[in-house]
Amino acid sequence: MIYNVAIIGGGVVGALIAREMSRYNIKTALIEKCNDVAMGTSKANSAIVHAGFDAKPGTLKAKLNVRGTQLMPQVCKELNVPFKQTGSLVVAFSKEEVGTLDELKARGETNGVPGLEIYDREKLREEEKYISDEAVAALWAPSAGIVCPYELTIAATENAVTNGVEFFRNFCVSKIEKNDGIFTLSDGDKEIKTQVVINAAGLYCEEIAKLIGDSSIETIARKGEYMLCDKAIGHLAKHTIFQCPSKMGKGVLVTPTVDGNLLIGPSAVDVPDKDDTTTTAQGLDGILKTAQKSVPCLNTRNVITSFAGIRSHCTRDDFIIEKSKADESFINVAGIESPGLSSAPAIAEYVRDIIFTLISCEKKDGFNPVRPDPVRFRHMSNEERKAVIAENPAYGRIICRCETITEGEIIDAIKAPAGARDVDGVKRRTRAGMGRCQGGFCGSKVVELLAKELSLEINEITKFGGESRILYERTK
Amino acid sequence: MLNYDIVVIGGGPAGMAAAIKAKECGVDSILILERAETLGGILEQCIHTGFGLHYFGEELSGPEYAARFIKIVNEKNIEYKVDTMALQITGDNKVYAVNKTDGLIEIQAKAIILAMGCRERPRGALNTPGTRASGVMTAGTAQKYVNIDGYMPGKKIVILGSGDIGLIMARRMTLEGAKVQCVCELMPYSSGLTRNIVQCLNDFDIPLYLSCTVIDIKGKDRVEGVVIADVGPDRKPIPGTERLIECDTLMLSCGLIPENELTREVGIELDNVTSGAVVDENRQTSQKGVFACGNVLHVHDLVDYVTLESQTAGEGAANYVLGNVREPDYITTKGVNGVRYIVPQKIDLKNEGDVKLYFRVGNTYKNASIVVKYNGAEIIRRKRPRLAPGEMENVVIKNDVLKTFSHDGTIEIGVEE
Repeated sequence: MIYNVAIIGGGVVGALIAREMSRYNIKTALIEKCNDVAMGTSKANSAIVHAGFDAKPGTLKAKLNVRGTQLMPQVCKELNVPFKQTGSLVVAFSKEEVGTLDELKARGETNGVPGLEIYDREKLREEEKYISDEAVAALWAPSAGIVCPYELTIAATENAVTNGVEFFRNFCVSKIEKNDGIFTLSDGDKEIKTQVVINAAGLYCEEIAKLIGDSSIETIARKGEYMLCDKAIGHLAKHTIFQCPSKMGKGVLVTPTVDGNLLIGPSAVDVPDKDDTTTTAQGLDGILKTAQKSVPCLNTRNVITSFAGIRSHCTRDDFIIEKSKADESFINVAGIESPGLSSAPAIAEYVRDIIFTLISCEKKDGFNPVRPDPVRFRHMSNEERKAVIAENPAYGRIICRCETITEGEIIDAIKAPAGARDVDGVKRRTRAGMGRCQGGFCGSKVVELLAKELSLEINEITKFGGESRILYERTK
Repeated sequence: MLNYDIVVIGGGPAGMAAAIKAKECGVDSILILERAETLGGILEQCIHTGFGLHYFGEELSGPEYAARFIKIVNEKNIEYKVDTMALQITGDNKVYAVNKTDGLIEIQAKAIILAMGCRERPRGALNTPGTRASGVMTAGTAQKYVNIDGYMPGKKIVILGSGDIGLIMARRMTLEGAKVQCVCELMPYSSGLTRNIVQCLNDFDIPLYLSCTVIDIKGKDRVEGVVIADVGPDRKPIPGTERLIECDTLMLSCGLIPENELTREVGIELDNVTSGAVVDENRQTSQKGVFACGNVLHVHDLVDYVTLESQTAGEGAANYVLGNVREPDYITTKGVNGVRYIVPQKIDLKNEGDVKLYFRVGNTYKNASIVVKYNGAEIIRRKRPRLAPGEMENVVIKNDVLKTFSHDGTIEIGVEE
């Protein structure tokens, strides 16, 4: 079997490219080194769809952000991924920063961002009741929104697989050879052959490019720590609240999430280890203090968990989406840091157009753009609940108490195309274990269900693949 | 729509004792809703002994203690539904629940007894920095893996927090062949029972480090070690005291939180300190006909006291259903000088009996006195050789004393050294 296109990297960018290519009469493979999609940058970020006023006019970032944000509502609708167009505010705390707002507004207008407006102190307070007294003005961007990044990745992958894309997990590409115009990707054990390679390996784009002798990509791993707060204080921010940007990024934000929690972060620290998703006391302290500048009543009492994500910052300071100088059938999609999530649907189109210059693709019949909406018991009315339980009694058994997630939903997540294989995979697909008790009660039940559905022993089940198993041998 | 006089949410020791008592008081129509597959609650995984010393005068294991009540529930033909989750209670005492066989269940109750128990404080709430490796779990989750599922959740273990479940698990894991490296406790004292420190740590030479906490978790896929450090009086790590302890598992025993989601959603008044409902001496909450007992009301040290308190709630609910109620004339209770909370938070002056007040102190004391005052005047003084946050205390206000109080008064309990 020779694929026409092989995409390395099951993040939001790889998954949306895979879905885009599944519209065409070609054979596409999506290759992921971990046990699941959305295991890198797509798993832990700010979950923001940016309006697009940050990037310098003329850059790919500027162009793809505005287009991606424009596409996002429709993509989310088709994939049944929660998306809310909440709008964003950049808050100024001094006269100097008010000047920055004016610059951002002008830049946004050049980039084609709709509806930008400067709010004065009163209007800002009207919109955000809990904003600091020190805040003097804000830039309002109505097109900004919030989306769940891993759910978007999972849904796009599911939809791509439904439309014929083949998904390979636990396939870590370690060698690439080319013979007679065909690439052979190897993980040291298995091989995948393809005409075109898309390097969407996120933090590891540099390493993947080097496998074909392309040393043009230099990435820096930039860590951001976050705190997730209980839904009880979800009302403290109506919109995404930014502070004025610095050269390390867009600073610490306070934002509602699509699930009604409140998210605070990120910090921005360059780290040598690309997998260093450790959280630190300093980092968490720092983001809380900075966030309190925007919303002073925030405190640690309502924090339900903290986490860190790594974004891949490129020395070129723009997205790198182009044919490799080393081989034109090898397309680098690198340096996808913020606004990468917002841009992802537009990146998929952009990459598709590059692929069109390499191979001929025809639209195929029967492409279904819709990923069916999974049962979300917690959001249902009692009448809807009765109906789904009548259809499948497993929806009548609550596994996760905090988030009201049923056995049926967990089984669906495991059985779905490119479904969950580990506890974290179930968590990202269903929210089981994401509530206040963080899996204290349901963790062991999720392990049992995974073992049953996958026909494994419960001590073979992992938290997130690899050596992350949860249980050792039987007791004596 | 189903109709019951009393719906009990939770079939653990609290729910069963309350239901049995209500039945004995003459209410026939009772339904217990239990989310697990069997009655018994968390006792089912507590296979160690130490239960029932006060209530039965015998040392029982958790399942044995539960079995005695399950037997009575069956003998008295009290109805129950297991594997059933209560989703919501309403202001007019309706209960919505769900299970696989009945689907969505709607029940109109005259009275509701809340007996949902508590949950453990997870890592996220502790904000422990470090990696996201597998092998960080609460002590109760580990207990279920070992005692119910029969699998080892780890081989080399550090326990953070010296709550009772953590202490019990230190011994349990040791008996199963694991190496428990140490127990770290942030506070200068343990929050567990003294007998558990002796029997579960000292007897097995497991070190207990007081004023010490975990400041980092190492390991990519599975935990490979934790960094611990001593803390100062401000509970902040002291630089230079950090040391790496090798382990594959970090167990957390850092406190229990009453599970009051249903209570909070319906708008029942909660106590900020206990995280449970504000109740009167019959354990009635701010919503008429809704009672609460056991660990959902406040975290208990011994199940024996859960049983006693739940009988009070069961009797209260029965009286409510049978119409033996009057307009109450409440006075309030308040913990002062080292007493963190008191349950009940209010007492009806028209009460015909003595009232037992349960409370916990926030520090350790030697040779101190518990002083009870009514509107500033001392009414009871009791010497205690030792007071500790891990152990629940109580005093009884005799009815003849209660009768001398007038409404709008306050009973205060404090510690005097």
